[in-house]
Amino acid sequence: MGRIAALTRNPVMIALVAMLAITGCASKKTPNSAADLGLNGAGAATPGSAQDFTVNIGDRIFFDTDSSSIRADAQTTLARQAQWLNQYRQYAIVIEGHADERGTREYNLALGARRAAATRDFLVAKGVSAQRLKTISYGKERPVAVCDDISCWSQNRRAVTTLSGAGS
Amino acid sequence: MRSFLKPLLTIAAMALGMTAAAPLPAWALVELNVNKGNVEPLPIAITDFQGGDALGAEISDIVSADLKRSGLFAPIDKSAFIEKISNPDAQPRFDDWKVINAQALVTGSVGKEADGRIRAQYRLWDTFAGQQMSGEQFFANDANTRRVAHIIADAIYERLTGEKGYFDTRVVFIDESGAKNARKKRLAIMDQDGANVRYLSDGRAIVLTPRFSPNRQEITYMSYESGQPKVYLLQIETGQRELVGNFPGMTFAPRFSPDGQKVIMSLLRDDGNSNIFAMDLRSRSTTRLTNSTAIDTSPSYSPDGSKVVFTSDRGGRAQIYVMGADGSGQTRISFGDGVYSTPVWSPRGDLIAFTKQTGGEFQIGVMKTDGSGERILSSGFQQEGPTWAPNGRVLMFFRDANGGPKLVSVDLTGRNEQSIPTSNFASDPAWSPLLE
Repeated sequence: MGRIAALTRNPVMIALVAMLAITGCASKKTPNSAADLGLNGAGAATPGSAQDFTVNIGDRIFFDTDSSSIRADAQTTLARQAQWLNQYRQYAIVIEGHADERGTREYNLALGARRAAATRDFLVAKGVSAQRLKTISYGKERPVAVCDDISCWSQNRRAVTTLSGAGS
Repeated sequence: MRSFLKPLLTIAAMALGMTAAAPLPAWALVELNVNKGNVEPLPIAITDFQGGDALGAEISDIVSADLKRSGLFAPIDKSAFIEKISNPDAQPRFDDWKVINAQALVTGSVGKEADGRIRAQYRLWDTFAGQQMSGEQFFANDANTRRVAHIIADAIYERLTGEKGYFDTRVVFIDESGAKNARKKRLAIMDQDGANVRYLSDGRAIVLTPRFSPNRQEITYMSYESGQPKVYLLQIETGQRELVGNFPGMTFAPRFSPDGQKVIMSLLRDDGNSNIFAMDLRSRSTTRLTNSTAIDTSPSYSPDGSKVVFTSDRGGRAQIYVMGADGSGQTRISFGDGVYSTPVWSPRGDLIAFTKQTGGEFQIGVMKTDGSGERILSSGFQQEGPTWAPNGRVLMFFRDANGGPKLVSVDLTGRNEQSIPTSNFASDPAWSPLLE
């Protein structure tokens, strides 16, 4: 809650957030946008912030089993990411590649690396400077969903674009 | 404090004189043929070692547990014993042991020497032949009671099966604790039976896939401690660590060469594929062994160092390949229905153990080195990563069943599966060679 506390202490930021809440509703139809989720005010993201990227652009894409091909739905997300990253050039970017648990450890480290590289290459093709992009594989070491069936595995087969550097 | 892995200079073996009156022909002696398909466990009576108070019973319990877990022996409950052994060096009343069907009998004694060392001795008797089969005594440091017991168990196992034992060994593994999406992973080492666990890392960084050096003093493993996942070398005694090689990308899946002079591993290429390299630990020179636009990983040397088995998905999905140690002659050897990975060459040289995924299951199996004769030893929902006992007769792997992974061993018949007790979850086991 540190972020909210900081925002409420800053009158300028509050005004900005309120504006975003209004324009967000009017102009954007991203289903996951903070405004649509009823997060008016404190939770809504400043354009160009890391939170804006995560919430309004979408920081992750998903893969099919044992595949590092960028799916059509993922291409849409990555195109949006590239546009945003080209607008906000202050960020360095680390792409994390992950695998689900339905593979052996070392193979999955390699598979996560391949997914991260495929994601990086797509962003580079969309104009993001390769100099800003690094990759890391976590294999199956960092699951976000922990059940023992496909509903979780499909969420864990992912590449996450994380921001670092100025402004994050 | 000196390391627990320091070879026991003070363990000295000495044969004990036979007490049987006349030598009997060899055919009369009890023995186990472990190459038969279905081995009936051999009933064996292991009496409490005399002297040393609780120590005597402790040694006999450890010997008994080792032999029982091998699946080849059925230790008889001590309450059934008729003769109470008072002099372990005297010939026992064989009839008293035959009547409870003890085909083999172990007697022994343990005591402290004037210089503080422990002296333990055992005798192995063939009750039906009425003859001593073997007898030895050992001297060891006070802190090594369990090792003395394991060494005695190895001697009995070897005398009765004709195979080397594997009880005086250790296992490096990853100790896992905490929720599945926030696991703390620590490098750990223990005796093969789960005793004497010690931690070799603090859990701040993810650590994976530790493997023993043939000299038993070093471990190679993968760690995220620098941010980038990399292969490291750890001296167990001193705790000294070093990065293996100076590669730009991720390095992973390390293993030692049989002479301990090289580490073979995967290196991530910039295009997202992975190739296999070997690095000479003295000269620091590296050799590229594969150069494919595929995932090439999990390399493992043959025990003579002439070949390497590895996983590759160059044919579409992951399969097992063999090549010369210089990278020549890369040949696919697995053709079964499923995905194959984690190949490990047996220390005997005759088999390759692997993980196979098929029909929603993970199987642990073995095949001959040309890929023929595949046999599945264990199937489960989620299990992987076999490692060989040094005698090439038993595999250990990890199975994720009840919220986290645990260690399991299985012998080459597939009939004797045993869980290895660990206080936390445990994964990525790697068996040491026999200690010395």
